[in-house]
Amino acid sequence: MTAVAEHSSADVVDADPALQVEGLTVDIRTISGTVRAVNDVSFEARRGETLALLGESGCGKSMTATALVGLLEPVAEVTAGSAKLTGRDGVADLLAVDRKTRRRLAGTELAIVFQDALTALNPLYTVGTQLAEPFQIHHGMKSKEAKAKAVELMARVGIPQPETRLNSYPHQFSGGMRQRLLIAMAVALNPRVLIADEPTTALDVTVQAQIMELLRGLRSEYDMAVVLITHDLALVAEEADRVAVMYAGNIVETGLVSEVFANPRHPYTKGLLDSVPVNAVRGEELKSIGGAPPDLHSIPQGCAYQARCPLAQDVCRTTRPTLNPVGSRHQSACHFPQEVVNV
Amino acid sequence: MYTSALPLIIVLLGVFLLARLTGDPTSLYLPESATEAQREAFALKNGFDRPLLTQLGDYFTGVVHLDFGTSLRTGESASEMAFRAFPATLQLAATTMLLAVVGAIVIGCWAAYRPNSLADRFSSLLSMTGASIPDFWFAITGVWLFAVLLGVLPTSGTDGPLAWILPIATLMIRPLGVLTQVVRGAMVSALSAPYVRLARSKGAGDLRVVTHHALRNAAAPALTVAGDLAVGLINGAVVVEAIFGWPGIGKLMIDAILQRDFAVLQAAVLLTAVSIFVLNIAIDACYALLDARVREPARV
Amino acid sequence: MSTQLDLVPVKPTTAIVGEASPRKSGRAVWFRLLANDRVAACAAVVLALVLLTALFGPMLIGNVATSIDLDNSNQAPFTLAHGWANVLGTDPLGRSMLARLIVASRTTLSVAIPAVVISAVIGSLIGMWAGFYRGWRETVAMRVADVIMSFPSLLLAVVVLYVFSPSAANIVAVLALTRIPVYLRTARAESAELQSRLFVDAARTFGASAPSIITRHVLPIVLPTLLTVATLDFCYVMLAESSLSFLGIGIQPPDVSWGLMVAQGRTYLNSAWWLSFFPGLAIVITTVSATILAAWARIATDPGQRWRLTVPQKRLSRFTKTGKAL
Repeated sequence: MTAVAEHSSADVVDADPALQVEGLTVDIRTISGTVRAVNDVSFEARRGETLALLGESGCGKSMTATALVGLLEPVAEVTAGSAKLTGRDGVADLLAVDRKTRRRLAGTELAIVFQDALTALNPLYTVGTQLAEPFQIHHGMKSKEAKAKAVELMARVGIPQPETRLNSYPHQFSGGMRQRLLIAMAVALNPRVLIADEPTTALDVTVQAQIMELLRGLRSEYDMAVVLITHDLALVAEEADRVAVMYAGNIVETGLVSEVFANPRHPYTKGLLDSVPVNAVRGEELKSIGGAPPDLHSIPQGCAYQARCPLAQDVCRTTRPTLNPVGSRHQSACHFPQEVVNV
Repeated sequence: MYTSALPLIIVLLGVFLLARLTGDPTSLYLPESATEAQREAFALKNGFDRPLLTQLGDYFTGVVHLDFGTSLRTGESASEMAFRAFPATLQLAATTMLLAVVGAIVIGCWAAYRPNSLADRFSSLLSMTGASIPDFWFAITGVWLFAVLLGVLPTSGTDGPLAWILPIATLMIRPLGVLTQVVRGAMVSALSAPYVRLARSKGAGDLRVVTHHALRNAAAPALTVAGDLAVGLINGAVVVEAIFGWPGIGKLMIDAILQRDFAVLQAAVLLTAVSIFVLNIAIDACYALLDARVREPARV
Repeated sequence: MSTQLDLVPVKPTTAIVGEASPRKSGRAVWFRLLANDRVAACAAVVLALVLLTALFGPMLIGNVATSIDLDNSNQAPFTLAHGWANVLGTDPLGRSMLARLIVASRTTLSVAIPAVVISAVIGSLIGMWAGFYRGWRETVAMRVADVIMSFPSLLLAVVVLYVFSPSAANIVAVLALTRIPVYLRTARAESAELQSRLFVDAARTFGASAPSIITRHVLPIVLPTLLTVATLDFCYVMLAESSLSFLGIGIQPPDVSWGLMVAQGRTYLNSAWWLSFFPGLAIVITTVSATILAAWARIATDPGQRWRLTVPQKRLSRFTKTGKAL
């Protein structure tokens, strides 16, 4: 079993969810037909907590995030669902607001940290200008005031000599520093919900740890709900309180990290956990999940995981399983959650 | 910078050789009945009797002193003629480029902001048509329509502001058309870049995204094309000046070629080549101004 | 106890949403991309028509274009009173405008197309070679391109044609020369950028030779851009030939090109406007179609932008204007 952090136990407060997503569905139009990239996804994110969206590449976790922030490519369209954000001024459905409201919420209540910091920063403007921007847009600050705030921000996220580095350009920073800048921009206006899309994938391990520590600190300081999108099991175990496992656009299991990792109730989650080579013995074959994720153009009827599932029966091929409770705050979308133990 | 002076030298050399290749001007300037002695005197006077290398040497010395000799046609100093004709073309070209750049930025940004809308497709069609119209046809149709038929504009000459309209319009359609498409394309790319997504996620509105974030990133490719177009304006100027009788350097060059007036041709071509050289340096400077990565490469 | 999972994948039956369609073959995809953009499809049809006219037109009309009929000189167009051949009017010598336009199309295209092909092939090869090796080869190639480009091309053409007499072959040669730098610079830039990519290094590690790397790896990537550039360049070359013919230094009578026809009609602007108008219109139609097709090609050959051609036009604009997105 993978090691699990101590803080994710049952003493997490049942606060009102800062972000409540219900039935989010995203379709993409391709040359060869319409494809459902995100299928009826529901989850909650609470303040002071980190929810991890865990899944392999292409499972739809990033698309969920971009749909929430309203940055979907024009070929993709949200066809169903709601995403209620509880902000300072009340509740708003992110998928139904008009452009003006969305712009008002962007950065002040909802923020996102992208994966690739180099391309996300505008190469032609100084870092100071870009950090000052949220303050100028939402609080109407003048350039000087906003830049002073930018210096504060840079200091907070751990960038040395912020006054001088204010006038540097993105390409003059290292990868880890650039990620800190992205985080700084995201938390500038103290948003309620922070979505971090694979924030450390492009960084090496030591920098990874520093960045996650920074995020942890900011989360408690600003009392944010953090949605961490990742494919890294160890990261989830270390950092997240709750996890939602995604496969082929569907959420297959949700619950507290300690519970889900100790007692997985979906064959996919079990397969993922088993493939971590912690207890590997030299000479023995490494475990993996056979097969490959389905082509989204031709997802079979019934459960999306049927092709690779050792427990697959006839009912799995005809009826799509929905999320059902299998324990305290633990849900699984499987017809045979109890038998996962035997896999 | 020194390597870009090389083309300049080669152009000068090329002009010298080509001008000589266009044939012996003697038969153009002297009547057929001229005697041998008269021909020799003519050649002596203009230095054609000397070996080619010496002529070349004189040529380059002259270039350095900005002395190109005298026009075979009018007897004036060739460099004077060139310098006198140059401003007319410069005014025409500068005004045209300015209007084209401003127009392209406005239309291109607006079209990129609402891609595939009716307005965008219409302006795309217009700009593509503009980029493809033969300028001489546009010019004479314009002359026929506005000067002959309607009588509102003069057919030629440079008197008064009205006389500028047709020449500038003719010269402008291609740069405006091409540049609009380039700006639109570059803006569409810039608007779908990750840093624009980031700006939107910070709450930036459309105006800010377009003018602050996207435009500056779209400037570099537009600048390259603008530079090429500016050079191409010289070609356009030749036709326009020929049709409208505009006393610019294009007309001077065509006349010099047709009349084998070497000195004037050399002076005019050098002047043109130097201005292109200066233009390229200015454009390189603009690149550095726009993009910090050109000024200060990444610190390792 | 480790369990090996069953590795036989179940054959999927239906897609959840929409019609399941098998991946189309390469050519079918291109046709679909073209058909989706109606304007580009129109342009392609027009160009095909022009090409067909140039290829087969002169054969079909025989010597209608050269039969002089002084009784019918300078007849107005749009009337069948003087026979179907003269529906676009006649010129001062009574020759049918329509027929002359058809014959001129062959001359114009037989100058433009070879010029583009020659300059594209030479320029691209040198450019890819220079970009591949970098170093002094690159510098030399770029300097040569700079030299050619810093000379006003029209002037160069005028001088050369004046010296060597304006035959169609010379015109093609001069135009090809002046356009080489365009392909050279484009090919070099893309080739140089590819050198830093890992797959080129990978190819080198298993001993691939330079020519094979260029043909196998560089060329397929550079080709789409070059094709787009070539389509645009075709416009430019057509316009250049027309300008030269207009100035009197291009196609010479009795041969006929559209540009030459415009020049010949200039003195009759008041009395016979159609003499200059129709040839000019022919040029515009051809060049505009080529430009439109080039714009389509730029999107269709860029995998990142191709999606714009798969969404129906109406929906695309609705999205970017009032969609829920930011």
